[in-house]
Amino acid sequence: MCLGIPGRVVEITSEDPPAGIVDVSGVRRRVDLSCTVTSEGVAALVGKWVLVHVGFAMSVIDENEAARTLAALEELGEAMEEIEAMHRSAAMLEGTE
Amino acid sequence: MKDMERLPRLRTRHVTLAHGGGGRAMRDLVEEVFLEAFGKPVKGPLEDQARLEMPRGRTAFTTDSFVVSPLFFPGGDIGTLAVNGTVNDLAVGGARPLYLSAAFIIEEGTGIDLLRKVAASMAREARKAGVTIVTGDTKVVGRGQADGLFITTAGIGVIPAGRNLAAENVQPGDVVLVNGRLGDHGATILNARGDLALETPIESDCRPLNRLMEAVLAAAPSCRAARDATRGGIAAALNEIAEAAGVQIEIDEASLPLRHEIRGFCEILGLDPLYLANEGVLVTFVAPEEAEAALAAMKALPEGRDAAIIGRVREGRGVVLDTVLGGQRIVDMLVGDQLPRIC
Amino acid sequence: MSNRMESGREGMRFTDEFRDPAKAKSLVSAIRAVLDEIGATAGNPVHVMEICGGHTHAIFRYGIDRMLGPGIEFLHGPGCPVCVLPMSRVDDCLEIAEREEVIFATFGDAMRVPGTRGSLADAKARGADVRMVYSPLDALELARRNPDREVVFFGLGFETTMPSTALTVLQAAREGIGNFSLFCNHILVPPPIRALLQDPDMRIDGFIGPGHVSMVTGIHIYDFIAEEFGRPVTVSGFEPIDLMQSVLMVLEDIRDGTPRIRNQYARVVPEHGNRAALAAIDRVFTPREAFDWRGLGEIDRSGVKIRPEFAPWDAEEKFGVGYAAGKSSGREPEGCMCGEVVKGMMKPTECPMFGTLCTPENPMGALMVSSEGACAAYHLYAGLRPEEVVS
Repeated sequence: MCLGIPGRVVEITSEDPPAGIVDVSGVRRRVDLSCTVTSEGVAALVGKWVLVHVGFAMSVIDENEAARTLAALEELGEAMEEIEAMHRSAAMLEGTE
Repeated sequence: MKDMERLPRLRTRHVTLAHGGGGRAMRDLVEEVFLEAFGKPVKGPLEDQARLEMPRGRTAFTTDSFVVSPLFFPGGDIGTLAVNGTVNDLAVGGARPLYLSAAFIIEEGTGIDLLRKVAASMAREARKAGVTIVTGDTKVVGRGQADGLFITTAGIGVIPAGRNLAAENVQPGDVVLVNGRLGDHGATILNARGDLALETPIESDCRPLNRLMEAVLAAAPSCRAARDATRGGIAAALNEIAEAAGVQIEIDEASLPLRHEIRGFCEILGLDPLYLANEGVLVTFVAPEEAEAALAAMKALPEGRDAAIIGRVREGRGVVLDTVLGGQRIVDMLVGDQLPRIC
Repeated sequence: MSNRMESGREGMRFTDEFRDPAKAKSLVSAIRAVLDEIGATAGNPVHVMEICGGHTHAIFRYGIDRMLGPGIEFLHGPGCPVCVLPMSRVDDCLEIAEREEVIFATFGDAMRVPGTRGSLADAKARGADVRMVYSPLDALELARRNPDREVVFFGLGFETTMPSTALTVLQAAREGIGNFSLFCNHILVPPPIRALLQDPDMRIDGFIGPGHVSMVTGIHIYDFIAEEFGRPVTVSGFEPIDLMQSVLMVLEDIRDGTPRIRNQYARVVPEHGNRAALAAIDRVFTPREAFDWRGLGEIDRSGVKIRPEFAPWDAEEKFGVGYAAGKSSGREPEGCMCGEVVKGMMKPTECPMFGTLCTPENPMGALMVSSEGACAAYHLYAGLRPEEVVS
């Protein structure tokens, strides 16, 4: 349900209704920006990453939150590596007995 | 009135039923549009058949019909498809394509200029592929009885002695290669139909592959089989081979050559590039010790610039894909066309 | 201020970062560790329902089910709008589409869903003017370009898609485009989930919530799942790493016995949703008393209809079909188990028709039609054939 794709707003084509061109990996399409425009105005969306669903930008992607999610995953990776290293050395110790 | 000067006999801008009537109008159409582009094979009056000298070797013979909407699209048109489709069907069997026939079913009202453009495309692609269009036919049908223009081509080629390319030859251990990026043609056509309103630089990859095939065979004489991955995409081509050879083909998702924009196009529309049609992509199977040589031979040609080793043949059945994530899934054939989805 | 972006800077792309095999590997280890702590085994697995068909699709497309081992079993929920659409609504589509003056615009998803008289693709083959579009705005554009035709857009989908059709209706009203209308089939996620949870045979331990629904609604639409039914929910993104991280989060809550609503997809999902989108929905739509779900039956206040003030853009009113014609439920094919599968009571492969009477070539039930239907996903990606299913 509800395919949504990250794309970057590269150009504003209309202030009212707010609309612009969004680039998804080099493919461009006119997208309605009504749901993402803030008090800063439509032009402030240029350069922002948005989540596009059926031709409508539905959310401005929060880069800090994305970075936070990825950082948590990095930490998890390190923790899992440590646990695995512990298992390995435990197995080695058992092997020497 | 410029057209009148250039066209002393073909007086209309559009094809009418008279052009299919077998009389003078038809002769004018054939001579001034098709023979003008393809060249007249022999001097004297047109015969009902082409008479050809054939080199030694087994003869390969193929035919294909072409219907495409729209008739013109970025990177090609129905004419480029009609020539290259048939050339490539011969080439993947190891044949050297020599002669083509072309039959045209034309809807009444189709522009003469449109036919000239298509004929020019066909002549250009035939030159590129080194084949001659030696015989043909035209029919005109009433408005609404065809969608502009349908073309049927047939082709004859010769398979040099000692060559035996067949799907059944593929065996466990073989390496799978492709010469180019996947999905460009299918995405181009889907987008050219015009209801999706996407702007992309993607163009059809329609091109002759006989030169590339010769280069692969020279570099890798072990080459077992080849397929041009047209309708149904690379997924269909691989499944056909796996079934015919009774083997499993394992593909590495990360190795698939995809242009950046195809990824974007597929993400937006929820499509899988494995199922998008190609018109210039060859899948080949070679022995592992010759895989690097085959790859280098492909990369040395412009039509093989993006060549890649994409997988291996194993015991088993079907096609499996190692996902970028480290998982695995089956790649089955699709039932029908892939449709854009929002879900 | 410039209205164009300068080219340059390549930063995060929000896709590839979330498809990283190294991260997948550590998530698999972490998930397996939690499954061990729970004591989950192949014979006694944890049941996690991914509500959304997009998640079902991603699980199979990336082979995630096979990576996580037998301690977890995914139940594929009702979040696939074409899968839960009753045949009678498809019949209504055909009735509209086959009218001489109509251009019927639809998302590709709905083309092959069978009604009792065939699908929209069949109607097209019989001569109906059916067009596939990417956006409802494209349908509105068709109406502008074809003033002598009636353009009907097949409005399908959950809360995610509602703002787009609502805004399109508002735009049509603003421009006074009278030859455009919406055939509204929008449905809501929480009501069928409540229905599933009220079923005494329910065996769901936790949920993966559809991130793009919550992007519109926020995450608190699921509070009742934790508060009334004691089950945890993690709202998830759609990249494979998102999904795996969400599985880990919901398993942690299952292990700890702490049912709560968590947000894995904070980069896209604001806690309280999108105010402008919610306002547009509220302006144009109002709940129906009940809506009929394929396999689940009538569920109270589970769908929406167009408010009376926008009746000129309501295809049901304009053409007198569907609920406007007093019709609701239709019959489903005999022996079809889609309902059981949607409820998570049955795996696709347990259905006696799977892969035999019901295949993608010849679908009996809706779950075999849509590529995100659980049955089609099993058939296409998991490669399960009847003979392999016996064990």
